[in-house]
Amino acid sequence: MLEVRLRLERGDFSLDVRFTAASPGITALFGRSGSGKTTLVHLLAGLLKPSSGLIALNDEKLFDSGLRLNVPAHRRRVGCVFQDLRLFPHLNVAGNLRYGLRRAAAQSQRITMERIVALLDLGPFLERRTWQLSGGERQRVALGRALLGQPRLLLLDEPLAAIDAARREEVLPYFERLRDELALPIVLVTHQFEDIVRLATDVVLMESGRVLAHGSLPAISLRPELTLLLGREGLGAVIEGRVVSIDGQSGLATVTAGASRLLVPADGLTVGHDLHLQLLARDVILATAPPVGLSVRNQLQGVITAINPEASHNVMVSLDASGLPLLARVTKAAALDLQLRVGQQLWILIKAVSLRNRPN
Amino acid sequence: MPAMSEAELQALTLSLEVAVRSVLFSLPLAIATAWVLTRRRFAGRTLLDAFVHLPMVLPPVMVGYVLLLLLGVRGPIGHWLDHSFGVRMAFTTRGAALATAVMSFPLMVRAIRLSLENVDRGLEEAARTLGAGALDRWCTVTLPLMAPGILAGAVTALVASLGEFGAVITFAGNIPGVTRTLPIALYSALQTPNGDATAARIALVSFVLGMAGLFAAELLARSMRRRLGR
Repeated sequence: MLEVRLRLERGDFSLDVRFTAASPGITALFGRSGSGKTTLVHLLAGLLKPSSGLIALNDEKLFDSGLRLNVPAHRRRVGCVFQDLRLFPHLNVAGNLRYGLRRAAAQSQRITMERIVALLDLGPFLERRTWQLSGGERQRVALGRALLGQPRLLLLDEPLAAIDAARREEVLPYFERLRDELALPIVLVTHQFEDIVRLATDVVLMESGRVLAHGSLPAISLRPELTLLLGREGLGAVIEGRVVSIDGQSGLATVTAGASRLLVPADGLTVGHDLHLQLLARDVILATAPPVGLSVRNQLQGVITAINPEASHNVMVSLDASGLPLLARVTKAAALDLQLRVGQQLWILIKAVSLRNRPN
Repeated sequence: MPAMSEAELQALTLSLEVAVRSVLFSLPLAIATAWVLTRRRFAGRTLLDAFVHLPMVLPPVMVGYVLLLLLGVRGPIGHWLDHSFGVRMAFTTRGAALATAVMSFPLMVRAIRLSLENVDRGLEEAARTLGAGALDRWCTVTLPLMAPGILAGAVTALVASLGEFGAVITFAGNIPGVTRTLPIALYSALQTPNGDATAARIALVSFVLGMAGLFAAELLARSMRRRLGR
């Protein structure tokens, strides 16, 4: 586990954050540019010195201003994948990969060259110069190099920013594999919520150097503070589920989430995998009677837990569908029509195509 | 071209020897100076910067004269060197190499400094997170990335060293086989009756050497840059 409690004063910028990150798991730092995400990554890596605070990794302190302890960056074993990758141009791919491996103590070498080359499919490039590779390939080399340094914590600073949208799908599965196969705490910096839905287990919401909220992704997805970052249209519950079956005929997968079963498009999914599904509040339909004759694939029963008025004639309805928290945005007019009130039993209608694990 | 006389050949090999020794002597110092000037912030930095560049703006004869005052047999450093180690600088080949090194030093520092400024600090940070300490980073990341600049600086300094005249003749004199390098031999030939043919041959050799050196420097730097993908 990673425990962070840091302050940094630098000119007119100040950072004051505290959070913990579980191991294994991916904790996403989510915030606008300028919110201090990258600064925080540099502080964790030891490339910047905090004014005060504490960084502890599995009960071992990396920084403690009280004890005047500051483990230098090259002794922290904190792996870093930088936004601009920073591959060594004077070394070939193998040389880049071996750079950290050579400098790691022999007894700590549990991540081997063979494993990384296999995990990231780097075999064909080992003798190439890094500047001869494509963006996605370079990305994988940077990731492999960081992992071969035998890190106890992995920092990913906007790892997908340098890759064009079409190529993201080429790289994302590697990050998923990494998350599932290596028991490492990972801190992921991103400003793309879809990357978080895809990869993260926990989220730290940041704004102007402060932590706005911190928790599991499904819990954070319900927080109104997210509106600041996603806009009102982007708001919606993130559901944690597991793929239990795939029907090839209909192209739909069945996902269990809490006590509910949901039908979602099966593209790219495999049975047995845990995943996050994002359900935008605007895509949820509420009904006071059991509906018939609709194309909607998913009909859940639930209770209203809160109703919050929003600007522009809408209300945000918080729901509990047998333990599964959801958000639905309806117009004030509709809320009046249906006489919505807290505690009311409802039918919640969700189109299969509205449940998204990856951008459409 | 008529064959070169033995004396002319001697001047040529001596010139090459002096130039190579001067570069070998000044290269480590130039790298250290470039590092201090680029990476360190301290009170006397501007002063040091000016001092390093002095040989470019002072008359070479004056540089030779100052060296003579300091390193001559009766000079404070020269006396100490002679007494403690039996090493004489003035009027020796070693002295010619030193005077040449002082004169070409600013040229070398400039080239190396430029290449150091172009090294991406982000790559050094990456090396740091991968477990490399300061010296390790310098040797495995910074120096290799600077290599094209260092090489270009060294070759340019080498070529310039072949032509150094004023500081060498003042500090090391004009002793055939000891300090009579190509430009000094050329000067001597011009002072000798019927020395025109000798002077012309030496001038031609100097020209060819200079061109070849600059050409080689450019080719080397280009091929090294290519290996770095630039």
